[in-house]
Amino acid sequence: MPTYTMRVFRGDARRGDFREYHVETAEGMVVLDVIHRIQATQAHDLACRWNCKAGKCGSCSAEINGKPRLMCMTRMDTLAEGAPITVAPIRTFPLIRDLVTDVSYNYEKAKTVPPLRLKPPDPDGRYRMMQEDIDRIQEFHKCIECFLCQDVCHVIRDHDLKRQFAGPRFFIKIAALDMHPLDTRNRTEFAAREAGIGLCNITTCCTEVCPEGIHITDNGIIPMKERRADDYDPIVWLLRKFRGQRPEPA
Amino acid sequence: MAVEYETHEHDVIVIGAGGAGLRAAIEAAAQGVSVGLVCKSLLGKAHTVMAEGGIAAALGNVWPEDNWQVHFRDTMRGGKMLNNWRMAQLHAQEAPERVLELERWGALFDRTKDGLILQRDFGGHRYARLAHVGDRTGLEMIRTLQYHAIHQGIDVYMECKVERLLRDGERIRGAFGYWRNTGAFVLFKAKAVVLATGGIGKIYEITSNSWEYTGDGHAAALWAGADLIDMEFVQFHPTGMVWPPSVRGIVVTEGVRGDGGTLRNNQGERFMFRYVPEFFKAETADNEAEADRWYEDKRNNRITPDLLPRDEVARAINAEVKAGRGSPHGGVFLDIGTRRPPDYIKKRLPSMYHQFKELAGVDITKETMEVGPTCHYVMGGVRVDADTTQSTVPGLFAAGEVAGGLHGSNRLGGNSLSDLLVFGRRAGLYAALYAKDLGGRVVVDTAQVEAIARELLEPFTRPWNENPYAIQAELQETMQDLVRIIRTESELRHALRKIDGLKDRAKKVRVEGGRTYNPGWHTALDLRSLLTVAECVTLAAIERKESRGGHTRDDYPKTEAEWGKENVVVRQKNGTIQIAREPLPEMPAELRRLFEEKK
Ligand SMILES: Cc1cc2nc3c(=O)[nH]c(=O)nc-3n(C[C@H](O)[C@H](O)[C@H](O)COP(=O)(O)OP(=O)(O)OC[C@H]3O[C@@H](n4cnc5c(N)ncnc54)[C@H](O)[C@@H]3O)c2cc1C
Ligand code: SF4
Ligand code: SF4
Ligand code: FES
Repeated sequence: MPTYTMRVFRGDARRGDFREYHVETAEGMVVLDVIHRIQATQAHDLACRWNCKAGKCGSCSAEINGKPRLMCMTRMDTLAEGAPITVAPIRTFPLIRDLVTDVSYNYEKAKTVPPLRLKPPDPDGRYRMMQEDIDRIQEFHKCIECFLCQDVCHVIRDHDLKRQFAGPRFFIKIAALDMHPLDTRNRTEFAAREAGIGLCNITTCCTEVCPEGIHITDNGIIPMKERRADDYDPIVWLLRKFRGQRPEPA
Repeated sequence: MAVEYETHEHDVIVIGAGGAGLRAAIEAAAQGVSVGLVCKSLLGKAHTVMAEGGIAAALGNVWPEDNWQVHFRDTMRGGKMLNNWRMAQLHAQEAPERVLELERWGALFDRTKDGLILQRDFGGHRYARLAHVGDRTGLEMIRTLQYHAIHQGIDVYMECKVERLLRDGERIRGAFGYWRNTGAFVLFKAKAVVLATGGIGKIYEITSNSWEYTGDGHAAALWAGADLIDMEFVQFHPTGMVWPPSVRGIVVTEGVRGDGGTLRNNQGERFMFRYVPEFFKAETADNEAEADRWYEDKRNNRITPDLLPRDEVARAINAEVKAGRGSPHGGVFLDIGTRRPPDYIKKRLPSMYHQFKELAGVDITKETMEVGPTCHYVMGGVRVDADTTQSTVPGLFAAGEVAGGLHGSNRLGGNSLSDLLVFGRRAGLYAALYAKDLGGRVVVDTAQVEAIARELLEPFTRPWNENPYAIQAELQETMQDLVRIIRTESELRHALRKIDGLKDRAKKVRVEGGRTYNPGWHTALDLRSLLTVAECVTLAAIERKESRGGHTRDDYPKTEAEWGKENVVVRQKNGTIQIAREPLPEMPAELRRLFEEKK
């Protein structure tokens, strides 16, 4: 079985550098397996996050050879064997230790998004929604909150605009709520003033890294930007909000 | 020397932020008490996020014949009648309303043609009953609860691990633990504590469970004097991935079989027809044609044996492999590619498609999967009062996988997510009422707290040099080899001796580095609960001298009527674990009648 040279970032907020480990791999191993092997045999205190090991929980985000990815979904045999493989923490968020960063920014932003405000049910007390009306929203609900899109967004990364900007993860959250057939709230003001959607200049970097393949820009951000102008007119907003809702079945 | 720690005070502390913990916290907050929610991982990463197939609830949207009685009956039969009948009744009655409530909070389940919640087939369920979102139902559920919870004024403590519950002579007083990020200690003073810590699957080598499943809640409850029941019943999910080695154990949802997939051996035979036990014969198809028709027409056909309860399917796979009819890597074949069109598979099972494609290089729309049993779920847990979820310790409540009773000796797929909602809500409600009744202020014995803190720091300064990861791995091997799907007394006793040896070695673990996010230290501390629950499972498995559900004895292969009336109870007295047999609560006559009528 091939042996890989891994260059793993070790350190904390004060100092740190890459350290080399040589690891023997077995068929099908992913980067997370290799990190675990290092942990069990060479560096017991190597810090990393993980839970599901199957791309479902979004815990194991890192930058592998400079690319933001999930460690559990990156197979070793897709990486070149000869050169060392670097594994670094996602760098937009403050470092805690080794591969673990402080992602609390995202949890703070999550709290600011105005939640669903429910419309009244059908006369029989039930809610009905058609599959074709929720397909698009279900795409946004696939989000595993890995925050890789947040990591690559230059507004969060390069400028210190964090306070005025919620980031792509939360743009699709807002979009999902706005398009929700049972919701009655207008988030136009919020998207502009507090979430700072105007700061996004549609570089599509977020879409490119999303491990769930969510079309963040095409299906989420761009339609939201387009709707924004209209939505300042409350009549247009209402029409859009209830468009596509079917008459009550007999 | 005094040890430093920070202190937080709440009426109710909920430990665990999976489905059960989130639902409990939401309900407690709705009662107007102050609530703290503590979890080991980041919010939204608990095991619940991984659930695939769906939530069982007799909504009757697809089959109007379905109702709570049928669900109740399926649940009891799936658990081989060892379930706490009252829990099973409440669960079946309340699950539909809990699912509809999720919808009102924003969850988007897949729809029927009339715009209602679509339901899918799953093992052991008479009708298509599982509300679902493709094969990522748990994600939808946890996000919905999470985003609902963050607007309810709940204080969330994430990446914070509870090590011990605190109690005085009478009742619970709170919990003590540390922040993973900093290693700093935290004291939670609380009038009531809800345990919602999930399971114990990390005691096995091949498991679908994550690092979190070290049985912390089970162990902490035991140490605090609470009873555990049914610990011998561990569910092995019949279809875990087997190849390549690095994905071994990751679950392949039962939804694959629910949506038409079938199991085959290396002769191409659909072998499940040979493994239908007497108990299920009358209700199960005995030929392929009928089994295939059943997917479309449930009124005139009997259920496919591919969807027998999990314990039956896991044992059958085990037997096929042993008889030399297995797949190249020691499993059997699961085939949906020849039975359903590619578009259907990708729409219904997108994450299975993705998982096999990315991790195993297998295209499930064209190729068969290789699958075998993997440790998945523990039926046993904290003994609770069915209506209030209170344990045998006043002020300590438990819900979700950490609680015992609902599932009896074997859980049906889909019945966990509904369990979390039904009993999570009840736990939050009754914990809040208890806290309100109690009033006053909570006083904690600081000497007790400081003693715990000093013990937690020991691994940094010990004169020995045991490796915590190595001990964990040896325990997992031991359980895998000796406390298996098929068990026998001599092996179980051998396992006990090994566990004893590992306990001694665990006291000699030494860790390097500091307290900041140090997984070596975390693993060292986890060993205490891991070894405790392994011992509980093994002792309970020795005690139950029969085979039933998730507990199969080679030396006692029959299901015995006498054992069907008793739970094995585990409790700690004066520092040692003790085992007792105690009678099951008796089912009232009007419910018993459901089992006497034919079908
Ligand atoms: C791959 C997979 C698929 C599944 N599919 C289904 C399905 O389709 N349908 C179904 O019904 N069931 C399914 N299950 C089972 C179901 O998902 C779990 O039983 C259920 O989610 C457990 O929920 P819970 O709320 O009890 O615990 P969890 O969701 O596991 O949450 C436990 C919480 O406790 C916290 N915790 C644990 N210990 C501590 C501690 N010491 N201190 C602080 N916090 C702690 C954790 O951080 C976590 O927040 C599946 C399970 C797996 C693994
Ligand atoms: S498209 Fe917008 S949100 Fe996405 S990365 Fe670029 S600037 Fe950020
Ligand atoms: S949108 Fe995609 S990249 Fe962003 S957090 Fe969600 S899953 Fe991750
Ligand atoms: S461990 Fe869950 S996404 Fe990687």
